[in-house]
Amino acid sequence: MSTVASQIPATGTLSAPGSRAARARWVVIALIPAVLAAALLGLTTGAVEVSPAEVLWVLTGHLDDPFLREVILNLRLPRVLVAITVGAALAVSGVALQGLFRNPLADPGLIGVSAGAALGAVSVIVLGTTVLAPLVMALGVFTLPLAAFAGGLGTTWLVYRLASHGGHTSVATLLLGGIAINAIAGAATGMLVYMADDQQLRTLTFWNMGSLAHAGWTLWAVSAGLVLLALACMPLVARALNGLMLGESVATHLGFPVHRIKTLVVVMAALAVGASVAIAGIIGFVGLVVPHLLRLTIGPDHRYLLPASALGGALLLLLADALARIIVAPAELPIGLLTSLLGGPFFLWLLLRQKGRFGSTTPD
Amino acid sequence: MNTQALAKVSNLVVERGGRRLLDQAGLEIRPGSVHVLVGPNGAGKSTLLSVMAGDLRPSSGEVTWCGQTLDQWCPHALARCRAVLPQDTVVTFPLTAWEVAEMGRLPHRTPERDARIVREALDRAGVWHLSGRDYRSLSGGERQRVQMARVLAQVHDTGPDQPGLLLLDEPTSALDVRHQLRLMELLRVDAARGRTILVVLHDLNLAAAYADHITVLKDGKVVASGTPAQVMRAETITHAWGVECLVERDSLTGCPWVRMRYGLGRATAHREHAA
Repeated sequence: MSTVASQIPATGTLSAPGSRAARARWVVIALIPAVLAAALLGLTTGAVEVSPAEVLWVLTGHLDDPFLREVILNLRLPRVLVAITVGAALAVSGVALQGLFRNPLADPGLIGVSAGAALGAVSVIVLGTTVLAPLVMALGVFTLPLAAFAGGLGTTWLVYRLASHGGHTSVATLLLGGIAINAIAGAATGMLVYMADDQQLRTLTFWNMGSLAHAGWTLWAVSAGLVLLALACMPLVARALNGLMLGESVATHLGFPVHRIKTLVVVMAALAVGASVAIAGIIGFVGLVVPHLLRLTIGPDHRYLLPASALGGALLLLLADALARIIVAPAELPIGLLTSLLGGPFFLWLLLRQKGRFGSTTPD
Repeated sequence: MNTQALAKVSNLVVERGGRRLLDQAGLEIRPGSVHVLVGPNGAGKSTLLSVMAGDLRPSSGEVTWCGQTLDQWCPHALARCRAVLPQDTVVTFPLTAWEVAEMGRLPHRTPERDARIVREALDRAGVWHLSGRDYRSLSGGERQRVQMARVLAQVHDTGPDQPGLLLLDEPTSALDVRHQLRLMELLRVDAARGRTILVVLHDLNLAAAYADHITVLKDGKVVASGTPAQVMRAETITHAWGVECLVERDSLTGCPWVRMRYGLGRATAHREHAA
């Protein structure tokens, strides 16, 4: 034992070579102005050219041009707010579900949570005037987000029961279960669409592709409230999700009430996904791409990854929305199509990379 | 020495699928001692450790630590003084070795001291130089030592006045000879600091050389328990494992030295061939 000299360098500094906490803090802080800048970009982009200065004047009430006020406050500001809400919700629920399943490939869209939420929402849209009328009467503006929440909760629970056995998650079952649930929920949604009338149909088609356009202020406020509630749970689960990265029993040995945490994470993720589906429809891959890119830079510590993902998701969706309006201007591309267009290849690249890692015998 | 810091297991019965994995098993681990659990495959060593770790509920019997049963302990307080090293830990996220070891500090709220404690733990486990490496890219032995560092960081605040318990399931299984010895030396140091240590081992000579107390499990029952000199006897080993061996005494340390009679089958075959 005495022959083994201490390997700590004799410098007096308290360096921590494998710790990325300091960098992670800076990334979180740097993302805040980035989101604000992207929001400003979102307010200036579109068919009508508006300068950033004009945007700021209108927002602060110093410019009283009724046309610009209409464009900025009633057309673009809601979009920007919806993009922030939905982006943050999807990215955070992605992180939460990946922590729960202990797998970085879990995404609310891929594993069927979004489809379940969509089924809940479509049921309310189509059956709200007939079978579900008493429910709509009772819940009012909360009906749509709560129905989406219920759908999301049901599917999350189902996928979890399918893929997890004794603390271990089978990735294959997780993704295959996701395919099955997507198919079932999609078919059920399709049947409801078949029953829908013309008016409902127009709402549905646009909404199935994901859109930031058709959100009213009330629906946005209710959904944003639910998303905020989910985000408020983040600090409660961040440390436990860190422990869960080493497995359920290790997390238990570290003193975390694992079962309570898991329930909270499922509810929190379903709440965030349900709320975002209720206002913007199905927007895929945000929950996969954002956490993955952030983990590469700041590591998987959930104390930083959760807030960074909330900001990163908002940033990504703001930029994607600006892009969706620029590519085919003066029309716009449904945002869900765009994220799938970008996220699909990203997912394939991720799979190829994983295959490479598992296939090779030499560690990198 | 704190005699209160006693870990005690009594009359443990665990049944799974109609099989008795543990049958009235009991043992006592004294504070400041290294207690080694040995036994053939399927004897119930890991099961006993799982029950002590709180992962598995026994059908009957109980586990007490510092005079309180596991159920009476607040999980959070328990996590600050008791650490568990599982046989293997699979990580699917890109954690560095440092970040894995740092997990041991999760039950504590001591951010100002954590960096120093994690550094010391990594150094003691001999993996300080791997701090910045991706845990998933490490070899089996390196991972095991990083996990050991995590465990050391978790119980860092325990000592002679503050009871600490380590439950280690085959911590040497992936280690080379030098690191096996280093780890056992490390456990002796920790025991001298007043920690209570239970280790599952397969190497009988490692157990004989470093244990204060050895318990032999077979078919879920305790078949022998005592000091290395009391337990490491040829008839005990033959009874438990069904192998022939000689037990000698190391001339330098005085520890029992188990010499397996390897190649017996081959010698018989050779004799038969000659005849």
